[in-house]
Order: sequence, then structure tokens, then C-alpha cells
Amino acid sequence: MASSVLEHDAPPGVPRLKGRGTPWRERFFRLSLWTSLAVGVIFLAGLLIYVVYEAWPRLDSRIWTNFPDIIDPTNAGAQSAIMGTIWVIAFTALYCLPTGILAAIYLEEYADPERWWNKLIEINIQNLAAVPSIVYGILGLGVISRGLGFGQTVLTASLTLSLLVLPIVIIASREAIRAVPQSIRQASLALGATQWQTIRLQVLPAAVPGMATGSILALSRAIGEAAPLLLLGGLTFITFNPTGVQSQFTVLPIQIFNWISQSRAEFVSLASAAIVILLVILLAMNSLAIWLRNRYARRW
Amino acid sequence: MSPTPSLEPDMPPPSDPPGGTRTPQVSYRQARPLAGAVFEVGGLSVFYGDHEAVRDVNLSIGHRQITAMIGPSGCGKSTVLRCFNRMNDLIPHARVAGKIHYHSEDLYGREVDPIEVRRRIGMVFQKPNPFPKSIYDNIAYGPRVGGFKGNLDDLVEETLTHAALWDEVKDKLKTSALALSGGQQQRLCIARTIAVQPEVILMDEPCSALDPIATAKIEDLMEKLAEEFTIIVVTHNMQQAARVSHRTAFFTADVDDKGERHGRLIEYDETSRIFSNPSDNRTEDYISGRFG
Amino acid sequence: MSVPQQRPRSASGSPGFLKRSQPRYGEKVIKVLLVAAALVSVLTTVGIVIALVPPTSDFFGEVGLGEFLTGTEWSALFNPPEFGVLPLVGATLLITLIALVVAVPLGLGAAIYLSEYASSRTRTVFKPVLEVLAGIPTVVYGFFALKAITPFLRDNWWFDQPPQIFNALSAGFVMGIMIIPTVASLSEDAMAAVPHALRDGAFALGSSRMQVSTRVVFPAALSGIVAAVVLGISRAIGETMIVAIAAGLRPQLSWNPLEGMQTMTAFIAAAGIGDVPVGSTGYKTIFAVGSLLFVMTLVMNLISIRLVRKYREVYE
Repeated sequence: MASSVLEHDAPPGVPRLKGRGTPWRERFFRLSLWTSLAVGVIFLAGLLIYVVYEAWPRLDSRIWTNFPDIIDPTNAGAQSAIMGTIWVIAFTALYCLPTGILAAIYLEEYADPERWWNKLIEINIQNLAAVPSIVYGILGLGVISRGLGFGQTVLTASLTLSLLVLPIVIIASREAIRAVPQSIRQASLALGATQWQTIRLQVLPAAVPGMATGSILALSRAIGEAAPLLLLGGLTFITFNPTGVQSQFTVLPIQIFNWISQSRAEFVSLASAAIVILLVILLAMNSLAIWLRNRYARRW
Repeated sequence: MSPTPSLEPDMPPPSDPPGGTRTPQVSYRQARPLAGAVFEVGGLSVFYGDHEAVRDVNLSIGHRQITAMIGPSGCGKSTVLRCFNRMNDLIPHARVAGKIHYHSEDLYGREVDPIEVRRRIGMVFQKPNPFPKSIYDNIAYGPRVGGFKGNLDDLVEETLTHAALWDEVKDKLKTSALALSGGQQQRLCIARTIAVQPEVILMDEPCSALDPIATAKIEDLMEKLAEEFTIIVVTHNMQQAARVSHRTAFFTADVDDKGERHGRLIEYDETSRIFSNPSDNRTEDYISGRFG
Repeated sequence: MSVPQQRPRSASGSPGFLKRSQPRYGEKVIKVLLVAAALVSVLTTVGIVIALVPPTSDFFGEVGLGEFLTGTEWSALFNPPEFGVLPLVGATLLITLIALVVAVPLGLGAAIYLSEYASSRTRTVFKPVLEVLAGIPTVVYGFFALKAITPFLRDNWWFDQPPQIFNALSAGFVMGIMIIPTVASLSEDAMAAVPHALRDGAFALGSSRMQVSTRVVFPAALSGIVAAVVLGISRAIGETMIVAIAAGLRPQLSWNPLEGMQTMTAFIAAAGIGDVPVGSTGYKTIFAVGSLLFVMTLVMNLISIRLVRKYREVYE
């Protein structure tokens, strides 16, 4: 065989290219990297299994048809919290999406990044994205609820949450706008379109999928927030659905927190059932966002 | 470098030059006098921040002629081109000094609206950049944003016919322009530009991303369009400049002691003279491939 | 072409033919609108300052700054009140430290794996896992820490003293898992920004993948990685629900992670839930502690923003 001849007759002193196998340090390093990811996966799986297991006896229609009941947890439900979440998030979207998208358009299409005021806005947004949510609660309590006198209402909650997720909407929308190639803008302007025509007719249509993805993720963050709303005093037992922005309310995370704080065992399954509802909503939103992202992947 | 169009002083006799290597036969296009120039440029300098990218350019652009701007990379020819429809306005900290008159009107005058300028002076870019929309919508875009009130269907058909693209795309007007080949995309971009009915078309290396066959089609189209439009084309391809243009401007860059490059216009003349009997050594070196 | 429409625009015309043909007020109105939207973010910061500063300065009219910052007893809402914030700060730092011990190695390991080792198929599996981890509400994390992790630790404890029902360890561990996505995704961005030429150069010299990852990519991405960790610290300091649920509400200055303790955020939440009379000193402590929290996270955020800028400047 030719190959064996070559192998055996290699003159002495010529290096062979065959390795000595992967050294154990390489293997160990790779294994520990892999383990880091595995811990996250195992934790996630454990959390989901635990919650569903605990929730199992209560996973039926009672959770969304009945109202919270402190006396009789076996028949309690979370309807007022589910409806409250829908109300609060609808108005949060109404306030923060237009504001965030318009701010993103300004920063990407109009602002000169060298100007100090634009740099300030930029750093400000990056900082706001990392300000603890409970500090937004203090803002909601001190300025919106008491300062503006909006009280413990859907309006106060949705304004507070809008400000909380506004930086996320802005950052995601900016990325979507930035992904639209410069050549498209130039082509439009060279045809005599104005700047706003260019943005409205070329940039925004191309950026909509990215903006939608970012907006959905921002809203799902708002849905899961409890800390800022705790300060607004949404914790009292609310056993009715909101009827308007002036209405008192509770939301799912607050209701869950409330039930966790109870000592009787029935409340653990009740809280778990509400968590399952919350996670299903969030998972649906996340899947929609990921689907949108893949469906409208960039064409250029 | 493929054969340059003759360096012989006396061109173009249709026979081989005596005793030399065979060079392709070239018949240069006859330039008309520059009277009634579309653009008058005097002492034009362009700055990016503190850096003077182009220094002291003087030239006039003839009506319904093709003017080629050639020169090595970084010589500022595209920068000058972008002054003609104020696309440099869009680059932060870019500043233009000197005179650019368009039909005796100062292009950079205080009252002048860059949008209006761009509707009269269109531009085609280096890389084909059709909008991610249908072929029809690409053509209709300019007229629509300009407030066109007539029949768009007719305008689209006329424009595509004009750009010699109609027969290739008439059955797929509603399909995405991105499905076209590169050469077709670039001709669509040219068609899109003439749909606005400009007077001038600026072309920034329109064929540099295309293969030779597609390039030939674009050049044919340019010749055809020159009957009705004034065309200024920046090109790296000297054969292209020699083939299609009436006049040629040769740019190069000086490097100063700080290592910064400043584009200069070296020579501007009828294409036949630039390629057969340039008056500046640097032009001759460049077109003969000794430099650049 | 005989269609008159198709004729190019007539050249000159009257003087001033390049002027605006119609006024474009719309463009100006829109720009004003856009600027206003961008200013909302500035107003948010102004609002936070307005919410925090007046009650905080009132508070320091009643309680000395030195007493607040150096006192070791905290019982703001009881009689007699004590306003030493150190127990709250200590609990915050201890739980943050536990979280970092979990999140930094795991987050960096995940980032290096995703950036340097994973095939694109593995990435499409693992990236969504990190996204889902980041998307789980913190109230759920808190529930899991209190009802699953703590009982597990108490049932399987090898040493003599099992953790208390409320303890810093479970809260810190779960918080660490929570901030893995923050650390991992920012670090991965920084590593992805390292030019491929650097890696290729090292591979060409015969380096193994581990050597390239640890000796080339890691140092080159270091400022971004530090930024990721600092941002993780900021998130850990500011996290409320996990600690409010799982670490308990007893303010005490202790370094024993098996005991319950109250963090700054947990205090603010507890005070917000309880009916503290508006205008009382107890009510103002919410804002005083809030100010301290805001300043601490602000410093972290600014450091992180600065570092991210640094690596962007180098490679982009």
C-alpha cells in the first residue's frame, strides 16, 4: 500500500503532522465552558418543572374565572390580576412605544452624535436602562402618584412602567434603524425625497420587524415587573377588574408576590398556577418576537 | 491593466500605428464647445472637519455631454461629484468653499433648497441600491415624493423603455427589484433617476460592481441618455472614460508634509486630447498605467 | 421619445429657480416632535432626581448623615427608630457577592463557549435559553429560591447548622443565575468585536483553541468583559423581588449567608407595602435609602458605559 510505504519510509528528522491527541487541559477547559451553559439549562428546566408540578392541582379554569379570596384559597383565582395586567400593559404600550420609536428616529437620523447634548441623551438612556426598577417605583410614587395626583391607578402604573421600559424600546429601535443600509437613504435623498419622506417611506418600513421584536421584548419585561408597582400600593386585595385608567388595579406579579407571602400551603399551588399563566403569556410573546426576527431577517 | 486606448500622439487613424504594438482602435466622441455650461466650478475646495479633501478645482460642465472624472483612489473625484447635487450636505462636518454655479445660480446659495437641487440633478451610485420594493415602486418612488400628478403607469412604462429595460421586466413589474441581476439593478437605478426628469445625472463609478457584459449595456445606455441629459461620471476604468465621454477631468492627490491627502484637478480637456496628447506628465503617467 | 412629459426638466428658468417650491412646515413639526420624544428620557432622570432629593434632604434634616452612613442598627419603622444604614448595605453587598461568585464564572464560561467554540447550530439552541432566563420575572426567581432551593438546602445540608428559612445564600445563588444572561451577552459582544485577524494570527502560530480564547481573545475583550461584570453588579444591587421574597426582612449586620437579612431594595419594598404615614421620618427613609441605591448603581452604570465605549473605540 502506497500510504503505508510513505508512512514507514518517512526519512528521519521529518516532523509528522499527526497530533498527540487533545491535551487534557483543552478537554477540561472545553468541558467547564460547556458546564457553564448546562447549569443555566438545568436551572431553567428545574424551575419550569417545579412550578408546573406545584401548580398542577390548580391548573384549571378557576385561575382565570375566579377572583382572589383570602379566606378560601381553594376557590380563589387571579382574574382581576390577569385583567389588570392586560389593562396596564395596553396603556404602557400606548405610552412607551410611540415615544421610544420617535426618540430612536431622532437619535439615529437627526442627532449629530458629536454635540454634547446628544452625547448626554445617549449616556442618559444607557444609564436609565440599568437604573433599578424599584427606583422607578420611587419616581412613580413621588412624582406620578403623589406629585401629579394620579393616585394608585392603572394610569400611574402604566406611566411608571412606560418610563421603565422606554430605554429598552429606544435601544432596540435604534438598532433596527441602524440596520437599514445607508445606501437606501442616499438613493431616496438623491431622488429628491425630503428627510422625513426618506424615513417614512424607506427607513421605517425596513426597520419595523426589528422594532416590533424589541418592543415585544420590552413589554414582556414590563409584564413581569413587580417591584415598582409594590411602592404604588397595588398590593391591597383587589377583587374587581379595572374599568378604566382611573381604576384601582392589581397585576399578576403583584398577586403572585402576595400569595407567596401567605403561609398556608394552598397558596403555594395558587401562586404556582398564576406563575404558569404569567410564564405562558411571556413565552408566547417571546416566541412571537423570535418568529418575527427570523421571518423578516435582513434581505441585504 | 488591459490595453489602454492608445498613447500615440496622433489618433485616431483607423490603421495600426507605425511600427508599434497594436492598440485598439478608438474613435473619441466629439466634444461640443462649453458655451452655455450647465455647471461653472471655480476655486472649489471641500473640507471634512479641518481636513481639506479637495483643493481649488476649476471646471465647466457642458450641456448634454458626458464628462468623465478619472484619477487614482482618494483623489477626491467622488467628493467633487457629490458637490453637484449637495449630497455632501449629508456628511457631518463636510464643508464646501468656492463657487459652483448651476445655470448661473449659486448651488450653495442661502435660499437654495437641496431637495429641489436633487430633483434636477440625479445620482446613480457605485453599488446598485434598489429599494427593497417592486420594480414598479422603485421607478414610481421619485415622482411620488415629488408630488407627480399624472398617470404613474404610463410614466413607469416610458421610463423603463427609455432606460432600455422595459422588455426585460415588463412581465414582472410587481416583483421585487432585489430579484434582478446586478446589471439590471443598476439600469433600474438609472431608470429610477430619469423618472424624476432631471437635467443632470451624476454617476459614481456606476459599473465598478458589474461584469463586462453588464458594463457594456450601461455604457450603451449612457450614450443614448446623453442625447437628453447632461452626465457626469466618475470612473476608475480609463477605457470607459475614453469610450463614452466627451470631456475628461483628471484628478490626483498631493500628500502634504503631515501625510494628509489633498485632491487636485490636474487637467481637464476634451477626452481625445487627454488620452492622446495630455499636457501634464502626471496625466500621461496615469493613463499609461505607470502610476495609480 | 415623443412624449412631452418625458422631456428633461427645462434647464434654467427665472432666477431663484432652485428655491424651495413649497414650504415644508411638516418637516419642522416632525423634528420638534422627535426632539420632544428624545427629551422624555432626560425628563425621566430629572423626575427621579425630583422624586428623591427633597424628601432625602428633609430626612437628613431629622437624622444626621454620619449616623445614617455609619450606624450599625436599622429599625427605621419601629420604636425607637434607629437609622444606621450599614446593615442594609452589608446585606446588599453580601448577596451581590454571592451572586457574582455564581454569575461571573458561569456567565464568562457561557460567553467564551458561545463566542469561540459553539457551532452556529449550538448557538441557535443556547442563545434562546439565555434569553428565556433573562425574561423570567424576578418574582418567579424569588418564589423558586424560597420554595425550592432553600428547602432543598435545608434537607440536604452536610454541616451542623442548616440555613434559615430566609437566607442570603439561596437569594444570592438564584440572583447569580438571573444575571448570567447580562454577563454572558455583553461579554460575548465584546469578544465578537475582537478582530478575526488576531485569532488567525494566534492560530497560525500553532496556538490551541483554549490558548487563543484565554490568551488572545479574553485580554483583548477585557474592558468589555469588565463592563459586563460591572453591569451585573449594578443589576444585583438593584434587584428587589428575589431578596424581598427569599432573604427575609430582618435588618442585621451579618456576614453569615445562612441567615436572613434585609437589603436596601427589600427595605424600600417593605416600607412601600406597609402603610407608613406620608411625611413621617419613616416615609422619608424610603427616599433616603433610594437615593443611596440610585447613587451606587449610577456609579456602576457610568463605569460600565465608559468601558463599553472604550472597547468600541478600539475595534469599531
